[in-house]
Amino acid sequence: MAEPLVRVQNVFKSYYRDRLEIPVLRDINLDIARGEFLGLMGPSGSGKTTLLNLIAGIDRPSAGTIMVDQQDIAKLSDRQMANWRSRNIGFVFQFYNLMPVLNAFENVELPLLLTRLSKSERRRQVETALGVVGLSDRMDHYPNQLSGGQEQRVAIARAIATDPDLILADEPTGDLDKQSAEDVMSLLVQLNTEYQKTIIMVTHDPRAAESAHLVQHLDKGELAEREAMR
Amino acid sequence: MKVLKLISRNTVRHRLRTSLTILGMAIAVMAFCVIRTAIIAWYASAETAAPDRLIVRNAISLTFELPISYGDKILEIEGVNAVSHASWFGGVYIDPKNFFPRFAVDAESYLAIYPEYPIPEEQREAFLRDKNSAIAGIQLADRFGWEIGDIITLQGDIYPGTFEFVLRGIYTGAKENTDEGTMFFHFDYIDEVMRQTLPGRDGSVGTFVVRIDDPARAAEISETIDALFVNSLAETKTETEEAFTLGFVEFSGQIIQGLQVISIMVIGIILLVLGNTMAMTARERINEYAVMKTLGFRGPHIVGLILGESVVIAVLGGLLGLGLSWLVIPGMRAALSVFLPAFPLEPITLILGFAAALLVGILASVFPIIKALRTSIVDGLRIID
Repeated sequence: MAEPLVRVQNVFKSYYRDRLEIPVLRDINLDIARGEFLGLMGPSGSGKTTLLNLIAGIDRPSAGTIMVDQQDIAKLSDRQMANWRSRNIGFVFQFYNLMPVLNAFENVELPLLLTRLSKSERRRQVETALGVVGLSDRMDHYPNQLSGGQEQRVAIARAIATDPDLILADEPTGDLDKQSAEDVMSLLVQLNTEYQKTIIMVTHDPRAAESAHLVQHLDKGELAEREAMR
Repeated sequence: MKVLKLISRNTVRHRLRTSLTILGMAIAVMAFCVIRTAIIAWYASAETAAPDRLIVRNAISLTFELPISYGDKILEIEGVNAVSHASWFGGVYIDPKNFFPRFAVDAESYLAIYPEYPIPEEQREAFLRDKNSAIAGIQLADRFGWEIGDIITLQGDIYPGTFEFVLRGIYTGAKENTDEGTMFFHFDYIDEVMRQTLPGRDGSVGTFVVRIDDPARAAEISETIDALFVNSLAETKTETEEAFTLGFVEFSGQIIQGLQVISIMVIGIILLVLGNTMAMTARERINEYAVMKTLGFRGPHIVGLILGESVVIAVLGGLLGLGLSWLVIPGMRAALSVFLPAFPLEPITLILGFAAALLVGILASVFPIIKALRTSIVDGLRIID
């Protein structure tokens, strides 16, 4: 059996507020296969985003291990973790989080500045990424000159610019109208099917969840039922 | 290169706020430079002092006078080659606000000892010939529109009475920092009036000016002069002209200390102005910094962004402030020439002003940097614009 791309083992996560421990995740065990499109669903406060953040390496578990492509990311230093994220993770946020002072091209180029690519190589990657999301004609547009759907597509282009295996999306359609949401979901499905990207997506939207292969439910910090979607 | 682009674009992101901050910085840097220049100007008078001149005054205080007869005794001391005297006249010219220094002097010897007050030969001769005549510096003459032959009336206070002087000469300072705002006239004229109106008030002078052969012997000759009048009714205190002038500056010590405190406070104010701007900026961008960290950017990148923006604003404000100083200080020099003949905007002042702006730029970014670095990615991402 092939090694999963992501393996979450016995993970606990607690936050502290005024010395009061608030458990968020309890004993999470989860394998995500390479090329899988997993939806994470659950009520607010169930720990979906926290689990996503742990897999993304932007937060650390209180206990347990998280292996991504056989790398125990919890053992990485902050510096190693930052380098690891830049090479292996594409992150899509609910509110796009583009830099308002940079145009679409420059926003997509941002993660590539941390690589050793030459200027022409970066340009080629950016143009490819923007081509994939269908925004080749919007390269010079600033975020405030784009619609919400277009902004999210630029954000997706930024997430795939470094060609990571794993794309993590935190409610990518949460701030979009129905049509834009469908466009974004089509794009994520395309990345999954055509480009073999492994995608983990947190969502509240059952329609968005239908695009995933599997939906893993969480409830009160624990894994609940898992359902196959397509 | 891209980081520089990001810094420059972030800097102009809130144009009004950035402009006001730069303007505030500029005004503060200008104030710093003006205050520094004023302090330098205060001490500059001592720089015009000649090393071969000694000043003899009453040991008790400058307000006490010395018998005019002391002059001949001082002249007999070995190493002394000339003696003159000068007395602060005070008085009022038309209105008390028309202040300028006025000295009653022994004209011929005084002009000989002070070659930095040159006047044309025919004017000099006319001045020496006419006992109720006066000479004035060119700045003073320009200030009141005086011309040769004008009658200048002073109302005396230290020397009570009304005194009329005919302007016989106008001097232009021999050096750039020579005082050109003073009026000199004959002590004999004042003394004669005193003899007639206030007998007993005559025959006393404020200070003696002594020219010596060898500046290296200044201390020795000073001691000799003072020893000559020890246990007399008017003991003397003799010092070099530079020490005497610095003594005057020390009279204003509290004002100078006040100015120095204000100049430091100005730096503090600009630190607060820029610090406030940078704190607001960093607070607004915590989410962006979190996104950048998510993408793989690390602490040094975030430090570079915040520090760079702070320094750019500080440097722009500093340069504008130096430019304003360069424009304003010549005008102040003209306005204050009577009180502070030298008001030089020196390179060291410009360097200090720029360095202060740069330092403020660095310091103002410290707290925003700490805040940005301490905020975890997760907390930063929770903040929505």
